[in-house]
Amino acid sequence: MTIGQAITWDALTLDCEKASEQIVKSIRESVGNKLKRRGLVVALSGGIDSSVVGALCVRALGPKRVFGLQLPERDSSSETLALSQLIVDHLGIEAESTDITDILTAVGCYRYRDEAIRSVIPEYGPDYKCKIVLPSLLGPESMRVFSVVVESPDGLQSRARLPLSAYLQIVAATNFKQRVRKTLEYFHADRLNYAVTGTPNRQEYDQGFFVKLGDGAADIKPIAHLYKMQVYQMAEYLGLPQAICERPPTTDTYSMPQDQEEFYFSVSHTVLDICLYGKNHGMTPEEIAPIASLEVEQVAHVYRDIEAKRRTTRYQHMAPLLIEPVPEIQANALH
Amino acid sequence: MNVKHEIRTYIVENILFGDGDGVDENASFQESGILDSTGFLELIGFVEERFDISIADDELSPEHFDSVVKMSTFVEQKLAAKAVA
Repeated sequence: MTIGQAITWDALTLDCEKASEQIVKSIRESVGNKLKRRGLVVALSGGIDSSVVGALCVRALGPKRVFGLQLPERDSSSETLALSQLIVDHLGIEAESTDITDILTAVGCYRYRDEAIRSVIPEYGPDYKCKIVLPSLLGPESMRVFSVVVESPDGLQSRARLPLSAYLQIVAATNFKQRVRKTLEYFHADRLNYAVTGTPNRQEYDQGFFVKLGDGAADIKPIAHLYKMQVYQMAEYLGLPQAICERPPTTDTYSMPQDQEEFYFSVSHTVLDICLYGKNHGMTPEEIAPIASLEVEQVAHVYRDIEAKRRTTRYQHMAPLLIEPVPEIQANALH
Repeated sequence: MNVKHEIRTYIVENILFGDGDGVDENASFQESGILDSTGFLELIGFVEERFDISIADDELSPEHFDSVVKMSTFVEQKLAAKAVA
């Protein structure tokens, strides 16, 4: 049983053949006719989303017009490089691997992050590991406040609530990772006359789980309309390696193991898929609760959090605001 | 010290850039969209520093913090407990 099939629900079962044909057709039209580029760059983390996007791009344009990038850094999990190499080999595409640790060190990513962590946990040292976490949405209702968790070299863990300045500095510093990666993706896209793909699934796109001008920047986002369970189904349909199909979602951003649930979504991806689908289709918490194996009030809490995240991250989807419209440019964008 | 007035003033001056016309002191921060999670974190920092109180993790509930009125009531209770101690 794969991760995506842990909970099944007919409403989220994807007709993968039809969906993949639609995506492949759209990629071809978008790259050639709208973007006027000759191929696509895909950053491959070894996770399910980027692997599915890479495979769909290859189906659309062929392996010679897809360029893969592996961009690990010192906090990446040991699996990242191995699994990203696995998908590169599986797809038969040209790819380049660049360790971005030196770039991140030069811009101060680790220094700013560690300085902020030490402001709340003074003993945090160079050999410690860290992550930031949110409380679960399924426990007692609480305000959404991040804590930092650190682990000493001998395995001792400490946790502290983050005040605003430390929280903002940690997030700002770690956002360098996504922005540096995107800078390198566009370097290769520019030199090859290619366009850049973004790899968010529907949960990430809808809930703003991306860095503006980091992983949120792209010319095309081929699976932004697919729920996470549907991405797993698509991976199986496309015949991706089992090790990738079975990899749980991870942020791979902090040095301690961290899943997307504790970092951002606060519920499992299956629960969020079901609640998000239910909310999008006007279903009440009473209807969704038995499907998600939750209490009605828990579903209502997830619904409220979905709305709150949409409000909070709306600006991440916004284009730069203009004081007056420039209609000629808007007209050009439409044609 | 008027706790409610100070909290409201802080929100108007620092989060709403001086536009306090639409601030309903009983409105839910979460539902009205006045405060996002960052604004909420900012407000916790303000009341802890301004009123010299410490707020425990398990006190961070909507019951205590989801409106100007609820927040000022909670802060006043903390101040009263501190005065007795």
